[in-house]
Amino acid sequence: MADPGPRPRVRVTGPPRRRPPVARAGEVDQDTRLGGLYVGSLLREQLWLAVRTLTVLVLVVGSLPLVLHLAPDLAALRVGPFPVAWLVLGGATYPVLVLLAWRYVRRAERNEAAFAELMDEVER
Amino acid sequence: MTTGLPGTGAAAGIVAIVLVTVATLALGAYGLRLSRTTSDFMVASRAVGPRMNAAAVSGEYLSAASFLGAAGLLLAFGAEMLWYPVGWTAGYLVLLVLVAAPLRRSGAYTLPDFAEARLGSRAVRRTCALLVVAIGWLYLLPQFQGAGITLASAVGGPGWLGPVVVAVVVLVNVTAGGMRSITLVQAFQYWLKLTALLVPAAVLLVVWWGDGRPGDPASTADTTAWSVPLADGGAQGLYLTYSLIAATFLGTMGLPHVVVRFYTNPDGRAARRTTLLVLVLLGVFYLLPPVYAGLARVYAPGLADSGSDGLVLELPGLVVPGLGGDVLTGMIVGGAFAAFLSTSSGLAIAVAGVLSQDVFTRPFRGTRLSGVAGFRAGAVVAVVMPAGVALTGSGAGVATTVGLAFAVAASTFCPLLVLGIWWRGLTPAGAISGLLAGGVGSSAAALVTLYTPASDGWSDVLLRQPAAWSAPLAMLVMVGVSLATRRTVPAHTNRLMVRLHTPEAVVLDRG
Repeated sequence: MADPGPRPRVRVTGPPRRRPPVARAGEVDQDTRLGGLYVGSLLREQLWLAVRTLTVLVLVVGSLPLVLHLAPDLAALRVGPFPVAWLVLGGATYPVLVLLAWRYVRRAERNEAAFAELMDEVER
Repeated sequence: MTTGLPGTGAAAGIVAIVLVTVATLALGAYGLRLSRTTSDFMVASRAVGPRMNAAAVSGEYLSAASFLGAAGLLLAFGAEMLWYPVGWTAGYLVLLVLVAAPLRRSGAYTLPDFAEARLGSRAVRRTCALLVVAIGWLYLLPQFQGAGITLASAVGGPGWLGPVVVAVVVLVNVTAGGMRSITLVQAFQYWLKLTALLVPAAVLLVVWWGDGRPGDPASTADTTAWSVPLADGGAQGLYLTYSLIAATFLGTMGLPHVVVRFYTNPDGRAARRTTLLVLVLLGVFYLLPPVYAGLARVYAPGLADSGSDGLVLELPGLVVPGLGGDVLTGMIVGGAFAAFLSTSSGLAIAVAGVLSQDVFTRPFRGTRLSGVAGFRAGAVVAVVMPAGVALTGSGAGVATTVGLAFAVAASTFCPLLVLGIWWRGLTPAGAISGLLAGGVGSSAAALVTLYTPASDGWSDVLLRQPAAWSAPLAMLVMVGVSLATRRTVPAHTNRLMVRLHTPEAVVLDRG
């Protein structure tokens, strides 16, 4: 093919962005008692997951000031030239936060997948 | 810090600032080709993938307070200041588990949109709009002030130059391309800021290693006091530390420029993945300020007294003399300038979005502006107001104002979002009373602190860091008033809760 040279701008449309429908949710849409129960259980499960994640955050990271308030001698500990408090708070906290977030995302997505599957079965 | 750095140092700084400005405008212009509709302008047509969006969120979030301020605070006050970077990161974990996906699924453009969709009340919407503008301006003001200080100290320009340059570049970018072009600019600026802080830190560490790894020259007792991640003063120190934790952990989700970014994700799942990546990007970045503080402790302990924001700018020149130091300093000046630009752009977008929806596109004397024109008008007002205040030279210190913005966000939008997403019983009256209680409580406390002399009493301590009491207060008022007005729970609540929590894979009538 020969070089077409500078081409005029054309508007190109792509495939629809929405994913193909996987499950329908008539029960939920129509606001029936059964639908309310389904969504209520998903909501409770997600909230419970959030509460568990935040509890770990508070216990692991949030307890540090209290620990050091009760045992101030810990601050004098050091590894080589570095104070332990700096290494823990300035370094080790971030991987812990990422790990907690990663675990949360996996479980939240699993809860949602289970819900979508349930909706699928109900409709059939 | 009264005069500029000599000769080549100032030149390197100017070159860096010009490069960053040109790159920002060029990327903005490139993005402009893609921006056509109102949806492009406000939420980039909701088509930004998690990787790009995470870099953009981080680029926007890492303001001058993170880039310059954190290291200076660490050097001056020691490990208790580590709670700032830790809290600024952990705030995203709280945001992830409590609001990220449902907020995206709400399908609203801005925070007031969310409030109105959830509660069906114009009054709640107006209260939220007012708060977004207030928090946005509170956060924009220190960006402009910081730009003035940095430019004056790095290249020796007059004090008004920084705010004017930042305001003009932000305005050009935001009014021209809106969210679509800003997303690209901010993603680029995250990597720019990381490089600008990482390369000098690596060079300094190599020099430190070559010098035989010298330790802290201060006495052991002094070093120990510097290593305690807890404010001084026994129980009061404990309260101050926990209140700071409350403000940063809870306040992040209520910052208007952070929240508006979540609407640009294609779906709730992408919103979660974006947040996870943001935690990674922020975690990497925040490893660096302690390195600067530690090295300054070894090489230039005197810097602690000379004003905290100067440390990162001055340290490379002190450790590596000559041209090498000037180049490193130039990199840092460029990175700091990128920090001012990206954070102010994000805030300008958030405030402009709200102003255009709630002020400029409403019918006025029979005429109304189009969506895009209204957005542009909103952007002008959003930027010019705080820039003007910064030029008058008034206002409190940079760190104080940023802290206040976090405390107000934690005491207003955090309870509204958490209760709105997880509790069916929230009523319009409850939401408004809670927003007022938290907003008035936290900002009154801050005003008292700013304009009265400091003392050591508990009252002063409670007012200096209000978040630990004002956030629970707002939450309690919201719940209490909602329970008292139980009959006014909006009729559509159940349908909306279904929409917020149902994965997109399940097809719903999402009207």
